[in-house]
Amino acid sequence: MSTPVKTPVWIDVGAVTDVPRRGARRVPSPQGDIAIFRTGDGDVFALMDKCPHKGGPLSEGIVHGRAVTCPLHAWNIDLATGEAMGADKGKGCAPVIALRVEDGRLLLSLDGNL
Amino acid sequence: MTQATPKLRLVVIGNGMAGCRAVEEVLKRDPDRYAVTIFGAEPRVNYNRIMLSPVLAGEKAFEDIVINDEAWYRDNGVTLCAGRAVTSVDLVARSVTAEGGLEVGYDKLILATGSDPFRLPLPGGDLKGVVTFRDLDDVNAMLDASSRPGARAVVIGGGLLGLEAAYGLARRGMAATVVHLMDVLMERQLDESAGYLLREALADRGVETVLGAHSEEIVGADGQVTGLKLKDGRVLPCDLLVMAVGIRPNTTLAKAAGLTVNRGVAVDDAMRTSDPDVFAVGECVEHRGQCYGLVAPIWEMCRALAQALTDGEGSYQGSVLSTRLKVSGVDVFSAGKFAGGEGCEDIVFRDAARGVYKRVVIEDGKLAGAVLFGDAADGGWYFDLMKAGADVASIRETLIFGQAITEGLSGLDPSAAVAAMPDTQEICGCNGVCKGAITSAITAQGLTTLDDVRAVTKASASCGSCTPLVEQVLKLALGDSFQAQIGPKPICKCSPKTHGEVRRAIVDQGLKSMPAVMQALEWSTPDGCASCRPALNYYLLCAWPGEYRDDKQSRYINERVHANIQKDGTYSVVPRMWGGMTSPAELRAIADVAEKFAIPAVKVTGGQRIDLLGVKKDDLPAVWADLNAAGMVSGHAYAKGLRTVKTCVGSDWCRFGTQDSTGLGMRLEKFLWGSWAPAKVKLAVSGCPRNCAEATCKDFGVVCVDSGYEIHIGGAAGLHIQGTQVLTRVATEDEAVWVIAAAMQLYREEGWYLERVYKWMDRVGLESIRAQVTDPDQRRALYDRFVYSQRFARIDPWAERVAGRHNEEFTPMSRRMEFVPA
Repeated sequence: MSTPVKTPVWIDVGAVTDVPRRGARRVPSPQGDIAIFRTGDGDVFALMDKCPHKGGPLSEGIVHGRAVTCPLHAWNIDLATGEAMGADKGKGCAPVIALRVEDGRLLLSLDGNL
Repeated sequence: MTQATPKLRLVVIGNGMAGCRAVEEVLKRDPDRYAVTIFGAEPRVNYNRIMLSPVLAGEKAFEDIVINDEAWYRDNGVTLCAGRAVTSVDLVARSVTAEGGLEVGYDKLILATGSDPFRLPLPGGDLKGVVTFRDLDDVNAMLDASSRPGARAVVIGGGLLGLEAAYGLARRGMAATVVHLMDVLMERQLDESAGYLLREALADRGVETVLGAHSEEIVGADGQVTGLKLKDGRVLPCDLLVMAVGIRPNTTLAKAAGLTVNRGVAVDDAMRTSDPDVFAVGECVEHRGQCYGLVAPIWEMCRALAQALTDGEGSYQGSVLSTRLKVSGVDVFSAGKFAGGEGCEDIVFRDAARGVYKRVVIEDGKLAGAVLFGDAADGGWYFDLMKAGADVASIRETLIFGQAITEGLSGLDPSAAVAAMPDTQEICGCNGVCKGAITSAITAQGLTTLDDVRAVTKASASCGSCTPLVEQVLKLALGDSFQAQIGPKPICKCSPKTHGEVRRAIVDQGLKSMPAVMQALEWSTPDGCASCRPALNYYLLCAWPGEYRDDKQSRYINERVHANIQKDGTYSVVPRMWGGMTSPAELRAIADVAEKFAIPAVKVTGGQRIDLLGVKKDDLPAVWADLNAAGMVSGHAYAKGLRTVKTCVGSDWCRFGTQDSTGLGMRLEKFLWGSWAPAKVKLAVSGCPRNCAEATCKDFGVVCVDSGYEIHIGGAAGLHIQGTQVLTRVATEDEAVWVIAAAMQLYREEGWYLERVYKWMDRVGLESIRAQVTDPDQRRALYDRFVYSQRFARIDPWAERVAGRHNEEFTPMSRRMEFVPA
């Protein structure tokens, strides 16, 4: 039996530099907002913009190192995995959205994510 | 002796570092196989291009950087055609043609054409005095420019090459300025902290840096460059303009010959191009999608290539990169990635006294990257661990201290390791304290706590990263009588320093930026956390109101978007109503806004203001614009700062009112608004002791009495309920305002971030506050500092946003994902 192989569709949502360092931007999608983060080191990550705790918009949190602190109840979320960190470890996870950087552009894909 | 077989013809295009090294590697393996001919476009022997920086700086002469002199070519039977650029390659006839028509046939060909410096397509790029930094001719042009007295240089590009060029020019006596597009120097190799230190170190060496600078045009007069114009309108005058913005593989010949070329000449793991007899090596190649501009990978490629040319199995696997900056006295090393993904952790070490910053990144138990500034001695060791993919989990604790300490302690459990340390072993790198000094201080002076050891020996008193080791020494010396420390609470997990120590250091040491504080106070994280960053941002703002630039990304969301986030992610908006007064026009405008934006809830707050609840983030700027248009400004209902001044109707209307409490409340609010504080600040003014404005449970309260004004302080009606205490009594309204402003400033300067007024008062004591705000001189000084800082604070953030500042905060980055079928 063979499963059809789906080629991921990558969508250009803007330039890496559109996201401020140590900041985030939102991108609306049919599944809800996606948050794109850029660390102080210039790395970018994408998660669903929803804290696994009470749905706080992670894009509004403070980005530090490779984590973001949710603005509602200060859960720390690992940007790479979406997992809650520290005391809340193992209690929840914000879905990771596939993200690729090409020539300074941010490409997102929803295929296989949700 | 057997008859020598005729030698195969090996032709190399490129007499640079890669071409010559490839030949050396081949000769090392089989000196007799090939008759070698090297073509070089530059009319000189092979030299070490990466050492041009020291030549420019006057630290080396050209002779010092020659790798292979004429004798080497002669002794090895290598024919050098210097100053003869190859013009074409014929893959079918297997021959190359050089300038002047010289044609040479080959059996094997190596392309080592290197790369070309990238030139920005700026207007004025062809003016005299605009150069790149690539070869000896460029260096000579720069030296020529620097020999004119008072000459100024601008270097575009804050990467490795640009900085070395600027440093060299500064060493030659030019005023040198580096213009960099990004906000961190060498941002591909360095994180922000190391970039900050580098910037300072360069400034000490006469190189100024302009970051975040977009170059627009090179301006000139009479065909000669006179300056660089930036997009923001600034013109940086210069007599020499160096472009050092990057390189691109030189693939012209390969392309013309018909070889496969992507960004560079495509090669396999044996460095073979799409033609089996043609190889390519160095900066001109693209291997597994990667182009390299550093020397170490080139050496690795040359070895693989030589293997392939001498019957071996050449297999180049790609390179892990490391970088060192060649600026005298500035020790910088960077390797691998300093930002990783899943499972990455940082270990950061800062030694402010020595100006050292080290950061290693561990990923899946292996070393993934390292950034070293100020002490890069262990760079090679980290690099080896990285390349070997060594498991560093077992040496994690001591890894950051480097090879000597780590290997000295390997295989021992911590206490045995410490016991086994010789007395001469240095434990505290910051203060140079060795184990023996700590042990003898403990026994001689009867020390029992970590604090004692810190006070007496200074060990662990700086960055604190040796604290576990010092504790071990203490444990060993004291045995069972050792008790673990409970010291004053540190600011957060990024630093052992307390809020008080941090605040003092910012003022005493004149620290004016977040990286400066983190370095000086030896933060253990690269860029702090959600606890310390807002605190530092406030402390810097309070200490340097006229100079410090507020860091938006270090503020909580409420302050960043000037509205309170609610549980569903919407916001609440509160327009300011001075002293609680409003008007029909304002009420009408608020009602209109509520209807226009379908705001679901309108509520009167405990502080006598109107709250619009449930505003969508995207609507915020438009809501503000309408409220602004009706003459209202932000009520700062979200601020760690002044919020409201609540009032009663006072002598104007009330039959018991003794003074104009509404008027005083309005005056106070207009005077104090916009001021930032450690935590929210609420005031109230009651017109008589009946206290209808509830002034005695506010941070600062005024109770008007017949004889004047009672100033109250330290009330709370939140988590903790507490009545105020009387700070002082004054006779006039003016004095009331002075006392309150002075007390507010004192709280601003002494309070710890998130520490409410009553907690601050409990900590420092009411007497201490009273003494300072009632002493005329001290009160005056506090008042003046408050007034000064208000010059920069009384800004309506709504109007700024409506005018377009930080617009990106409120608009989605893109809506394209919305149209993707789910």
